[in-house]
Amino acid sequence: MDLAMSEAETLEKTPGGPLGTGPAGKPRSLWSDAWFQLRRNPVFLVSGLLILFLVVISIWPSLIASGDPLECHLSKAQEGPEPGHPFGYDSQGCDVYTRTVYGARASITVGVCATLGAALLGSLLGGLAGFFGGWWDALLSRIADIFFGIPVILGGLVLLSVVTSTTVWPVVGFIVLLGWPQVSRIARGSVITAKQNDYVQAARALGAGNGRMLLRHVAPNAVAPVIVVATIALGTYIALEATLSFLGVGLRPPTVSWGIDIANAAQSIRNAPHMLLWPAGALSVTVLAFIMLGDAVRDALDPKLR
Amino acid sequence: MADLNKGEEPVDRKSDVSATEAAEAAEPAGAVEAAIEAPVERGEPILQVRNLVKHFPLTQGILFKRQIGAVKAVDGISFDLYQGETLGIVGESGCGKSTVAKLLMLLETATSGEVFYKGQDITKLSGRALRAVRRNIQMVFQDPYTSLNPRMTVGDIIGEPFDIHPEGAPKGDRRRKVQELLDVVGLNPEYINRYPHQFSGGQRQRIGIARGLALNPEIIICDEPVSALDVSVQAQVINLMEKLQDEFNLSYLFIAHDLSIVRHISDRVGVMYLGKMAEIGTDAEIYDHPTHPYTQALLSAVPVPDPEAREGRERIILTGDVPSPANPPSGCRFRTRCWKAQDKCATEVPVLAIPERFKDSETLAAHESACHFAEEKDVVHAA
Repeated sequence: MDLAMSEAETLEKTPGGPLGTGPAGKPRSLWSDAWFQLRRNPVFLVSGLLILFLVVISIWPSLIASGDPLECHLSKAQEGPEPGHPFGYDSQGCDVYTRTVYGARASITVGVCATLGAALLGSLLGGLAGFFGGWWDALLSRIADIFFGIPVILGGLVLLSVVTSTTVWPVVGFIVLLGWPQVSRIARGSVITAKQNDYVQAARALGAGNGRMLLRHVAPNAVAPVIVVATIALGTYIALEATLSFLGVGLRPPTVSWGIDIANAAQSIRNAPHMLLWPAGALSVTVLAFIMLGDAVRDALDPKLR
Repeated sequence: MADLNKGEEPVDRKSDVSATEAAEAAEPAGAVEAAIEAPVERGEPILQVRNLVKHFPLTQGILFKRQIGAVKAVDGISFDLYQGETLGIVGESGCGKSTVAKLLMLLETATSGEVFYKGQDITKLSGRALRAVRRNIQMVFQDPYTSLNPRMTVGDIIGEPFDIHPEGAPKGDRRRKVQELLDVVGLNPEYINRYPHQFSGGQRQRIGIARGLALNPEIIICDEPVSALDVSVQAQVINLMEKLQDEFNLSYLFIAHDLSIVRHISDRVGVMYLGKMAEIGTDAEIYDHPTHPYTQALLSAVPVPDPEAREGRERIILTGDVPSPANPPSGCRFRTRCWKAQDKCATEVPVLAIPERFKDSETLAAHESACHFAEEKDVVHAA
């Protein structure tokens, strides 16, 4: 086996990052390797810290904002920054800085919960439909089509106007209801692509059950497009909450959210651009952080990119 | 006379067996084949395939599907595989070779027919009994780039058989087992934590072979295991497979379209055309004494390295395309492209048996061939 030896030598020289150089120490798996990779990825560290910060201020907004978001002085409406009020005042004379900090809770709750809900429901249903096919697939795809057919604004106006709750959950529920078909289509397509690979047949030839084939072979190879779609959808969902709030069927005062503030500020963008700048900026940074996190996770799960 | 001779045939060819023994052995169909095809004693076949059929339905309509026909991918195939031997299956693209492999691996459900593994029909098995059989029949896939999960380490890929069949290796012992397997197939055991994309095609195929060997199977079905590899690497992998066969007493069903490789590795060869077996025999019988016109045409296309011999030999060039397996020709499936075809070929399906005219002969032409007008024609050495 001389040639095998030469093959071995060439392999030794190929750059393989931390995996290529490491000795055969303890056995590693995809997940432990992905975590090893993530901890060294600056994109992951930056986005992770940012998300951690956002989560902390959503839970304890008073940590960095001492004022009350509902304490407003109409006399100061649309005034610019002044000491103690670095972001200025909005149309109602409320402090923009305090409202931006307090708005994080509702917006992030809606964004994260709606995304998680839509992604989990969509990938579960779409994944199973793609994997098992047949009548289950046909039924599910038609149901998804029905939800696709519901116009977002009209559907929101009808469904949410009958809800009297002032919490964020009806809005989250509505977004999940309209959002899952998109994820489900993507998941179904990538599962169908993944399950046709020979390695899935090889696992079946070994006697693997459906659970093992789905979890170990199909899911890891089908998850990347779902992650991408979900992280992009997160921003859209926060914006959708803003739209619904603007129409009066989303979150209602006294709830404070970026969406409500952006909708209000948009009316007077020429007189007082600072009113729009801060909540919109906070929204953009949040969406960016989640997209970067999604990117980093997706790359870490692909051994070829290491 | 012919019937009498059939019974006596093995007596002449197997001089070491007494006449009575041979006559007894000649009773079951498998034993007759074994005795005629091989001058050496083969024992009981480990895998017997009988009239295996796979039709893929063609349907029309979206909601109410109705069957409008069937692609007859495999249409009544029978053969035996013996312990420790290599049976090569050759044939052009679309003739049903890979479907046979999938049927034997139970990755597809046969439309009809039986596959006996050690006397047990495995096509009807399910649950635990099926898992037990899967341990003994493993497969090496054609494409080393899609047959290994890109998101699993080599250790996980080769160790997966032990996860599915925990009785294959005790838990603490698996890592050592995996490293042993890597060593057996000529890879460095330290590569256990690497991913498939860090290997070349040949190395990946070795990983695939190691996975197939993990559970100590008796039969390995190789579906074009080297056709995706470079020629130099093909030789290495073939040599490795031969070495492993000797070491572990494996039986191979070796599917390929490369006639030279099949001749190199096989003890017996079956030639398939359009879902049926055209001819089957030992490699000397098939390569040096082909009697089926399709086999002769295939062999005449094998490249000959000697330019002088090449000029003198006859090339049989077939006209037309392979007919659609959804609508195969009546009678003999090869008749539409055969230069010997006559009316009989369109009406009568030729059976795979030793041709009448060779029944009494002791030459190697006396092997099973599904042709009404079988005659010998040496296309490989013809001057």
